[in-house]
Amino acid sequence: MTTPLLKVEHLTMRFGGLTAIGDLSFEAHSGQITALIGPNGAGKTTVFNCITGFYKPTEGMITLTQPDGQKLLLERLPGHDINWKGRVARTFQNIRLFGGMTLLENLLVAQHNVLMNASGLSILGIFGARSYKRAEKEAIELAEYWLEKTGLIDRADDAAADLPYGDQRRLEIARAMCTQPLLLCLDEPAAGLNPRESLLLNDLLISICREHKTSILLIEHDMSVVMQISDHVVVLDYGRKIADGPPDAVKNDPKVIAAYLGVEDDEVEKTEAEIATIAAHAKGDAR
Amino acid sequence: MEVFVQQLINGLTLGSIYGLIAIGYTMVFGIIGMVNFAHGDVFMVGAFIALIFFLLLSTWFGWALIPALMIVLVLGMVFTGLWNWAIERVAYRPLRGSFRLAPLISAIGMSIFLSNLIQVVQGPRNKPVPPMFTQSVPLFTENGYTVAIGYKQIAIMVITVVLLAVFWYIVQKTSLGRAQRACEQDQKMAALLGVDVDKTISLTFVMGAALAAVAGVMYIMYYGVVNFSDGFVPGVKAFTAAVLGGIGSLPGAVLGGLLIGLIETMWSAYFSIDYKDVAAFSILAIVLVFLPTGILGRPEVEKV
Amino acid sequence: MAQASLDAKPAAQPTRFERAFKDAFIAALVMLGLSVPILALRAEQNMSNEVILIPRPWLVVICCLIVFVGRLLLGLFVFNRAPGAKPLVETPSAVKTAWAKFAPYAAQVGLGAIIAYPLVALYLGGPQGAIKWIDNFGIQILIYIMLGWGLNIVVGLAGLLDLGYVAFYAVGAYSYALIATKVIPATFPDLGVWAFWICLPVAGILAAMWGVILGFPVLRLRGDYLAIVTLAFGEIIRLVLINWVDFSGGYAGISSIPRPSFFGIPFNASESGFAARFGLEFSPIYRTIFLYYVILVLALVTAFVTIRLRRLPVGRAWEALREDEIACRSLGINTVSTKLTAFATGALFGGFAGAFFAARQGFISPESFVFLESAQILAIVVLGGMGSLFGVVIASIALVGGIEILRELDFLKAIFGSDFDPTQYRMLIFGLAMVLMMLWKPRGLISHREPTVFLKERKSISGSLVQEGHG
Repeated sequence: MTTPLLKVEHLTMRFGGLTAIGDLSFEAHSGQITALIGPNGAGKTTVFNCITGFYKPTEGMITLTQPDGQKLLLERLPGHDINWKGRVARTFQNIRLFGGMTLLENLLVAQHNVLMNASGLSILGIFGARSYKRAEKEAIELAEYWLEKTGLIDRADDAAADLPYGDQRRLEIARAMCTQPLLLCLDEPAAGLNPRESLLLNDLLISICREHKTSILLIEHDMSVVMQISDHVVVLDYGRKIADGPPDAVKNDPKVIAAYLGVEDDEVEKTEAEIATIAAHAKGDAR
Repeated sequence: MEVFVQQLINGLTLGSIYGLIAIGYTMVFGIIGMVNFAHGDVFMVGAFIALIFFLLLSTWFGWALIPALMIVLVLGMVFTGLWNWAIERVAYRPLRGSFRLAPLISAIGMSIFLSNLIQVVQGPRNKPVPPMFTQSVPLFTENGYTVAIGYKQIAIMVITVVLLAVFWYIVQKTSLGRAQRACEQDQKMAALLGVDVDKTISLTFVMGAALAAVAGVMYIMYYGVVNFSDGFVPGVKAFTAAVLGGIGSLPGAVLGGLLIGLIETMWSAYFSIDYKDVAAFSILAIVLVFLPTGILGRPEVEKV
Repeated sequence: MAQASLDAKPAAQPTRFERAFKDAFIAALVMLGLSVPILALRAEQNMSNEVILIPRPWLVVICCLIVFVGRLLLGLFVFNRAPGAKPLVETPSAVKTAWAKFAPYAAQVGLGAIIAYPLVALYLGGPQGAIKWIDNFGIQILIYIMLGWGLNIVVGLAGLLDLGYVAFYAVGAYSYALIATKVIPATFPDLGVWAFWICLPVAGILAAMWGVILGFPVLRLRGDYLAIVTLAFGEIIRLVLINWVDFSGGYAGISSIPRPSFFGIPFNASESGFAARFGLEFSPIYRTIFLYYVILVLALVTAFVTIRLRRLPVGRAWEALREDEIACRSLGINTVSTKLTAFATGALFGGFAGAFFAARQGFISPESFVFLESAQILAIVVLGGMGSLFGVVIASIALVGGIEILRELDFLKAIFGSDFDPTQYRMLIFGLAMVLMMLWKPRGLISHREPTVFLKERKSISGSLVQEGHG
């Protein structure tokens, strides 16, 4: 097997006496969609915050392998460099857009570092240098591409806060993609979407993964999304990994079922059947 | 040693005054998240109200010093409370829930208005009061230097401690205090559960002003003089004290006040009286750089 | 405006007049309570240095009457109105269309008026009368416009609340004053006439350096902590200027600061002076007009740089920072250096304005750099509308022009008697105006935001969507 894109080893995060994540290790491979699932409070978002530099992990190593083979230790990079040098982008569980700025401006802010270099740290930009104008034109083209792709192009000049909820979620993904990441971390992208929007989202994520060489790490509660699009599933419960494997295997893992339903082991078999029917219904609804 | 003890006493006296003003800042900040910039001037208005009532009672009615002071304390609290109630009602309440900077600018405007109002109606000159409680209790003598604690210093510290106890009781044990703490957490939810948010906030302003009025009485007692521009510097220092102690925390405000008072007197005694305010502000900046939420403030958890 | 909660809920529906009357009565009662000690009795020192009380019942009566009538009128015409009722004064549609036609040219027309102002003043007032109008109104307002534009970068764009902006103004002023009065005469006395032009960039750069030095440790702080620390720094700088007499002259300040020259030609009555060189009769008005245009150019440079920066990545990052700092970090924006550039850029323009101020006054002292100045500049930015350059202009004219107009009210003496001194009501009215303006327009005069870039159509963004920053 090739070197994984992201390798999390013995990650532990403690808040005072509370251990949010305990000795977690998993891998996310290039060109794959890896899903991180688990019941509420399992520590999924905390894992994200460690990977994207919002928390400094108490223990453990997070290694990201660049295309040129260079290995970066994410927990040692300052917060903003994880995006710029490490090329990891993320979205947030409760959407964080620049609400008073237009969609286009949101996507240009995402290309800050590229444009900043092109503007000669603003000095050339103030005098209207041509090189900056060219760079800005390219940046707008990239933004247009992602607005088309997410179906938001007609609203490019509206304020982001004016968008309906589902569009805001897609805009956040478009904004993260404008940083041209190797790894895109999505925190519950399907939360609050209606079934149609959820299906569109699946297509968008698959296309991001296949066409743009961006691997995806996904937190999601909606099992239909997870089961349909992910190549690999990691299950957390109380900050520990309880299962890891392809979606079908994980789906039938009794430990996972028990964690989700909180049932005794001997009841697992009985509930398994129920789950299958529920899942089938859910799939049917989604269609 | 002897200088140190003397400065300790002076610092605690001064710190009591700052602490009482600081409580007004910290309570208002806690409940509506606003820096009430006019609070220093409310303190100054309180000092003027006290001055006028004191003159009224002692020179017109010929009351004795102690009963006159008692009445002045009560009347000062009532009328200063009324002032702050009116200020909140007119200048802050309409802006509640609006743009964060609007109430701040409104408060700065109020501060300018109050100090100039007093200048216009009471005149720009210093207003002296006859010296009172001039005696002091000698504590000990060392190297020919007698350390003494003045009667007024005793009075200031005793009044502060008593008031803080009463105040602590109100905030911790009464339904008003519970309503205040509820509004601090979540005003909408408190309103849904039947707390009269407007009234609670108004009472918070009244309480803050009452304590500032007491500080005003102490100020004229201690310094023997008051001027329309005397609100700004003690106001800024009390605000500094509130931030130093951890804004929103009541014990923090008192602790911060005492610290600022001590820093100021100690610096004046050992280094240079000219730079005492520079010292107070520098220590504020240094503390905040290392302890961004103040000494007793709750650490702010960044939710992602 | 929040509804009066004073009025109890009565059983029978009272008429609007009854309600307004009741509210007005209560308001007058409150006013009576407020005025009992402070207004009714004035403490005065008599000849033998005793403090006596002078009763003034009529003042209380007048104040209560004013409050009663005012509250009654407000209750009748502004509050207590049925929801959805027509506004009191409806703008006629003709005015609206006329404004819509005019609005795109407002900036050009305004700029034209500002450029023509000194010449118009000169024409109308003559060389003697015009000085006051150009100096007290024109130059004074332009200084505040420039300071407002400088602070706007920090507060309006980056959303960092700075209560000590006057510190950078002071750094600029003292840099110029000290270099021009001490350093240049001691090193290159021949450069004396050029002092202003040499020192201007130096003063700006020194102020920007101070911006970085002061900003670096404190920019981690958020919201009101940042506000109080910047206020503290402003006070520290002022107190140091007061106390370090050897350096700054203390309270006495620095005097005989060289005035700017017309690019090397001094404005004096000598043979080589400006008037003689250009064949004009000597008059101080030329220098005043020249100063007016210098500050106008400086202010326009500030505006130009701000407009350009807003369209550059750094400006967008400032605004993004104001909207959501955490999202900025997730997009690879170094928030510390972005905040520092905002702080330094704001300080730079404050420094320029300070150097100009010192050169215009010829004398500076710490009295000019008190907290009130910071408050006034901040009020201009907030009242103008955060981030709006045009709003800052209107707010400066209203606030600074208003203060200066209040100096001119000598005719009131004829009405209220010669004891009446209108200047002492100046700051009283100013403070009240600040409160009233905020009540009237909490988001400032121009609250909507213009996007910096657009694909098809530039649409203004409503002010209610724009965040105000947490730092």
